Amino acid sequence: MTASASSPPKIDRPLNVIVATDCGSTTTKAILIEKVGDEYRQTYRGEAPTTVEAPFEDVTRGVLNAIAEIEELSGRKILDGDKIITPCRDDKTGVDIYISTSSAGGGLQMMVTGVVQNMTGESAQRAALGAGAIVIDVLAANDGRLPHEKIERIRSMRPDMILMSGGTDGGAVTHVVEMAEYIAAAEPRPRFGVTYKLPLIYAGNKEAQPQVRKILEDKSALVVTENIRPVLERENLAPARNKIHDLFLEHVMQQAPGYKKLMEMAGAPIMPTPAAVGLIMEAIAKREHLNLIGVDIGGATTDVFSVFDGLFNRTVSANLGMSYSVSNVLAEAGLANIMRWVPFTIDEQTLRNRIKNKMIRPTTIPQTLDELQIEQAIAREALRLALIHHKSLATGLKGVQQERTISDVFEQQTSGKTLIDMLKLDLIVGSGGILSHAPRRIQSMLMMVDAYEPMGCTRLSVDSIFMMPHLGVLSTINEKAATDVFVRDCMVYLGTCVAPIGQGKDGDLCADYEITWPDGKTTKEPLKFGELRLFLLESGKQATIKVQPAKGVNMGSGAGVAVTKEVYGGVVGLLLDGRGRPLKLPADQPGRVTALTKWFNAVGLYPGPSIER
Amino acid sequence: MAHSYTPGLTVTDQTVIYRRRMLPLPGTVVVTVGDLVRSDQVVARAELPGKVFPVNLANQLSVAPGEIKDYLIKKEGDVVGKDEILAENKPLIKWFKTEIRSPVAGTIESVSSVTGQVLLREPPRVLQLLAYVNGTIIETIPQQGVVVETTCSLVQGIFGIGGETSGEIVMAVKGPDEALTPGHFNSAMKDKVVVGGSFLSAEAMKQAKAVGVAGLVVGGIHDEDLRALLGYDLGVAITGTEQVGFTLVLTEGFGTIPMAAKTFKLLSSHVGQKASISGATQIRAGVIRPEIIVPREHTSSKGAAQSQREGIRLGDPVRIIRDPMFGRIGEVSALPSGLTKIPTESEVRVLEVKFADGQKAVIPRTNIEVIEGA
Repeated sequence: MTASASSPPKIDRPLNVIVATDCGSTTTKAILIEKVGDEYRQTYRGEAPTTVEAPFEDVTRGVLNAIAEIEELSGRKILDGDKIITPCRDDKTGVDIYISTSSAGGGLQMMVTGVVQNMTGESAQRAALGAGAIVIDVLAANDGRLPHEKIERIRSMRPDMILMSGGTDGGAVTHVVEMAEYIAAAEPRPRFGVTYKLPLIYAGNKEAQPQVRKILEDKSALVVTENIRPVLERENLAPARNKIHDLFLEHVMQQAPGYKKLMEMAGAPIMPTPAAVGLIMEAIAKREHLNLIGVDIGGATTDVFSVFDGLFNRTVSANLGMSYSVSNVLAEAGLANIMRWVPFTIDEQTLRNRIKNKMIRPTTIPQTLDELQIEQAIAREALRLALIHHKSLATGLKGVQQERTISDVFEQQTSGKTLIDMLKLDLIVGSGGILSHAPRRIQSMLMMVDAYEPMGCTRLSVDSIFMMPHLGVLSTINEKAATDVFVRDCMVYLGTCVAPIGQGKDGDLCADYEITWPDGKTTKEPLKFGELRLFLLESGKQATIKVQPAKGVNMGSGAGVAVTKEVYGGVVGLLLDGRGRPLKLPADQPGRVTALTKWFNAVGLYPGPSIER
Repeated sequence: MAHSYTPGLTVTDQTVIYRRRMLPLPGTVVVTVGDLVRSDQVVARAELPGKVFPVNLANQLSVAPGEIKDYLIKKEGDVVGKDEILAENKPLIKWFKTEIRSPVAGTIESVSSVTGQVLLREPPRVLQLLAYVNGTIIETIPQQGVVVETTCSLVQGIFGIGGETSGEIVMAVKGPDEALTPGHFNSAMKDKVVVGGSFLSAEAMKQAKAVGVAGLVVGGIHDEDLRALLGYDLGVAITGTEQVGFTLVLTEGFGTIPMAAKTFKLLSSHVGQKASISGATQIRAGVIRPEIIVPREHTSSKGAAQSQREGIRLGDPVRIIRDPMFGRIGEVSALPSGLTKIPTESEVRVLEVKFADGQKAVIPRTNIEVIEGA
């Protein structure tokens, strides 16, 4: 299917049976969606290792294997040799459409350029990230590198695509043209395919378009679009994003192993996985009027999405993941930060070797409990680091003039402040293998709570079996099917975390709380520092919690000020976190192991001692 | 349900492999189809464009970018020597004369009247592409490269560092479970591919470097020794360009792990023969595994090519690739189709592996790899 990504095709036939795949860097996940009565439901799933790599080097092999699993489980005949039977021939043969997303083969890797690094450079970065790309470098006139270093860098990185921005419309052209000259001199070459020209999008000062065309037209597959920063006060990212999607399909995907075949098999344009997940996250925030943070932790990368006050942002931490990049989490977080979440002692050498063995054999899964605990410890650090990265990029526009009044005398804020405000956060959505497939849902919840340290009252949810990418691409062709499945089968509400801000000695009073349960009964107890409590509160149920923080402790309305909130239940329930914010773990080894064991047992995190509820 | 399995590493006495040798940019192919080539023979060459140095003449001469053409001594395409004058002004008083000299020897690539800068390019560097393995050229791709076919013994490793090299195979240990120690190395091992057993210590690496071995093939190493060798913590498994003095191939993984008996036996049978080895590993985006290739002269390639396997079957030899039984080898004795709960409480597809001592274990399917080429 080669329709433009920016204008998905209109499907006029009824879509009653849909098979969707996501070709991830490690595994290809297939789901079957069927219309049952009036609503769509996800019925079966299958998965198989992704086959972008030797000996197969054909992504469709993994797709067919994953679909073959669905065939075996469902009894529906979907494949005819190497072909997907479309449309349905009868109620046990074929599907109405096949759709797919992909992040295999390293995803879409882009290099972006701007004039000023934290203005047009950042805007270009946001445009690329929002389109689902991994940004491998940001070049700018003021990035501190000498011209020949920039040229060497452009030459040595082999991006799939370059996005050039710079200058406001009608502004100076010199720096933009200078960057075009560097790119032309570097003769950049794409990652895949020796003979094809590198796609390059120009989305900068429109006055510089003629010069840029002259310099780069012969040396790249140049596409010119609207300026992403026409004036300093406004970003215009959509045209550049659409061009990125189109070029991704037209050029990049054509070069990756087997993708030509995959595009022919699919009934709608193939989307980069993060772009599809982004669509879903934006839709949830809009529908429920929420501020949210979404995360998709994969084998190679961790994507973070946020919507605060309607503003969507996405970042990708390209080398923070749970398999291919697991060793990089160790390198970036440091061994001590990973070890602080492991509830037993293990020598450094053994742990290092285990992590490296996961890196070189990325498709393996933890087989023992201690292996699972180590992986979940690494996941906490990957999630934490990815959010730090996200906060640094999800900011207001920098360089914008601000009007100040007399009221700003005491609180002067710089432009470009992060948009992520943990106190305004309503919902955290987790996705990706380690969160979706955690054997107990409380494990997903606590991994996110430990990594993100939500403050006040925050609801948490998880993608049930990792199908957000599938639903993202489905939403472009059938909104109802995507929404039905999302609400009924995809989103699993875990519950709510209530976490007062402040610190104190273990055992000291953190807050007094009073919970009014759905049946009218109440629970009134003190929450002490160092305590973690879990109450059952079913999905779909609500309770009212009144929290009276202790002196110096804050629930979002000020130190010591009581707060009353409606809290939502979920498959885990209501988690009261008295461990303090920021969260500090005992520095000594025995103290840390004791604290972790106490918390883990209190919420029944792993099989073992029974949980008190 | 035979689809969820990890394709394994090939260890085979005889196979036919094809190595695509591609230039990084268009150049000239210097061999033709049917040519017999040696591993160290040049098959194609290309000129890598020289480094580019921008010089902003407008700034240095304090003139508008559009005016610089009036001050240039040289023009686009001209060859310039280092310190040769590129441009100068012509003031009335000689003392105020400014001369802009070329910082490098090269050619003038472009002159921009928009930015006022001149781009100078150093002379190109010739890149020679070697055949890497002894074999026959079966295809030439004009301007890009060739495909070499060779009938050989092939051992794929799991991880390696360092680039392509070659040397005679030497067995330094007596068995696959013996670790390589500094005492195993001697001066006769210079430029050889030295095969060890279960482990290579940091001290042994130092000794190998001192002796000047071309390559090392062992079961495992410790991650911290790798970090010490490289000087940094390897975050993502993309290797092949390291310069540590030798090429290293791990056949099993990280830790002390005896080399698979089959691998050890195969390498032992080729002692004294020249092998081509590469440590290049790339686990993401088009997997590349390190390899040891021993070309087999005068052997017919008929029937040697391997067929691609379709799935996992009873009796297949497998290696367990995750703790707690990491590195153990056995054969598939049962393939239950349903989901099984493992100690982590995950419900996954499993298989049963029978070991040589008759013991059996239930392992998640994703935690084994099939030993290919058996």
